[in-house]
Amino acid sequence: MTQLQYRRTGSANGRTGSRYWRSKRAYLGVLPFLIFSGVFLLYPTWSVISGAFQDKVGKFSTAELRAVVNSPISRHAFFNSIGISAKTAIAGAIIGGLFAWALVNGKPGGFFYKFSVALSSVLAQFGGVMLTFAFLATFGFHGLVSTLAVRFAPGSFLAQSSWLYGMNGLTVLYTFFQIPLMVLVFLPTLQNMKPQWREASDALGGKAWEYWLRVGIPILTPSFVGAALLLFVNSFSAYATANTLISMADFLTPLEISSALSSEVGGANPTEAKALSFVMVVVVIIAMTLYTLLRRRVTKWEKQR
Amino acid sequence: MGKATMKQSWGTRLWRWTIIFLVSLYLLVPLYAMLDFSTKHFAMARPGRTLESWKAITTQPDLFPAIVRSLTTAGIVMALILFLIVPTAIWVHLKLPKLRRAFELICLLPLAIPAIVIVVGIAPLYRWISIHLTESPITLFGVYTMLILPYTYRSLSASLDSVDIHTLAEAAQTLGANTSRIIFGIIMPTIKTGIINGSFIAIALVLGEYTISNILNYKTFQVVIAQIGRSNGNVAVAVSVASLLFVLFILLLIPTKKRHRAVLDVDVA
Repeated sequence: MTQLQYRRTGSANGRTGSRYWRSKRAYLGVLPFLIFSGVFLLYPTWSVISGAFQDKVGKFSTAELRAVVNSPISRHAFFNSIGISAKTAIAGAIIGGLFAWALVNGKPGGFFYKFSVALSSVLAQFGGVMLTFAFLATFGFHGLVSTLAVRFAPGSFLAQSSWLYGMNGLTVLYTFFQIPLMVLVFLPTLQNMKPQWREASDALGGKAWEYWLRVGIPILTPSFVGAALLLFVNSFSAYATANTLISMADFLTPLEISSALSSEVGGANPTEAKALSFVMVVVVIIAMTLYTLLRRRVTKWEKQR
Repeated sequence: MGKATMKQSWGTRLWRWTIIFLVSLYLLVPLYAMLDFSTKHFAMARPGRTLESWKAITTQPDLFPAIVRSLTTAGIVMALILFLIVPTAIWVHLKLPKLRRAFELICLLPLAIPAIVIVVGIAPLYRWISIHLTESPITLFGVYTMLILPYTYRSLSASLDSVDIHTLAEAAQTLGANTSRIIFGIIMPTIKTGIINGSFIAIALVLGEYTISNILNYKTFQVVIAQIGRSNGNVAVAVSVASLLFVLFILLLIPTKKRHRAVLDVDVA
């Protein structure tokens, strides 16, 4: 509430203060930033998006984009990417959401709570090279769990490490960093639920499941779905984990982009990389737009406190 | 909800502890496994513990230069945040309210563009830089600064909104301060926490970045860890544990109250 008031006076002052401040020369002040971001962000972005609609000599064409959409390899990689992102987003959202609920129901300022939040913030960033090593040390050859499995359950899939290097292994790895991210994103929402809602439900004779079915779940759904969308984007754009775990080149769209880009393999094809990137950006933008729309609904009741 | 005074039913408690137990198992076993793995002998079949791999960290030829380079890059990124991004954000807030939307849009753009896509667009630029200027990985500071722009912007705009910087600026001007004094001497100290958070995020991001540097063939910290992993898994795991502890240490330096928010922001990537 105070923030809103500040913002209002702020912009009002901005208008009256303009006599002192505004002049054409003021625009020069943003020039260094504009040049820097132009070189390192805006132009590269533009070159990817425009490049997706060009052929190899730079003329307008949708041929490369059509080729990418129609190619079985790209399709396979794309649906693999969508599939693993959706799977790990849902798994991460459910497990992380439950864990966040368990945290909120504990002592709010307690050691366990603080420790879990700090650990979550480290582990959510843990994706990539080090995460791969952690799971190799767990389930890989001579890993902690696989050594135990070899001794006690030699027939089980855990005893062979091969499952780790495929889609199943990658799903387990991705879910590992989705859970803590979900905890971080979802905790504030759960904390903003008013105890009065539960009390009102109890006072009117509602059972626990009735409270969750009629009040809890309907109220949490928009932020839950929003958080799941964030997790989706998070794993959809992930590259490092897959790159270090799996050596197959065209397994996921990010891996396909990197192999189209690197000339080491011989057949470097930057236009193909741009077309693939364009497809990725479209997916991310759709997800982020949905997220923004959902957040707008959520902030209505979260901010009222 | 969650007040200690509220009595919890047996059902709730059982659920709570089952969830906590299972999730902790998932999250902590791989971490313990790393510790376990890094203290095994290089010859895996040999039983017992050893610090071989931890001692071998110091003898890795590429590792130390890579750490120095990555930290240097982080330092440059922090300087750019301090002397380019923050002043521009303040300037736009104060003098160019019309540009606020456009500025916000630029700052949030990296959220819609995954790192793997930015690499596609920026590869020609870095090819040019490495041919004509320098092959040093430190030049990655340019793209890294852009990557953390959304998080910097968020922590900044939150602090800028909560302080009435217009009144501050006008008061300072009335008392005779010039523009750079207003920005660097008056406003920046008041939004100190936002800036500090942004800087910690910069270190964490630069030390953890792999996608861009790997594709562009630059030997940064993570790329070197992956490279060590190809020849000696134990040592790579030991390095990972060490750097994990380092990041945890950095995060603990951020004041508790602010940490949650700042870290939340970085994860929205």
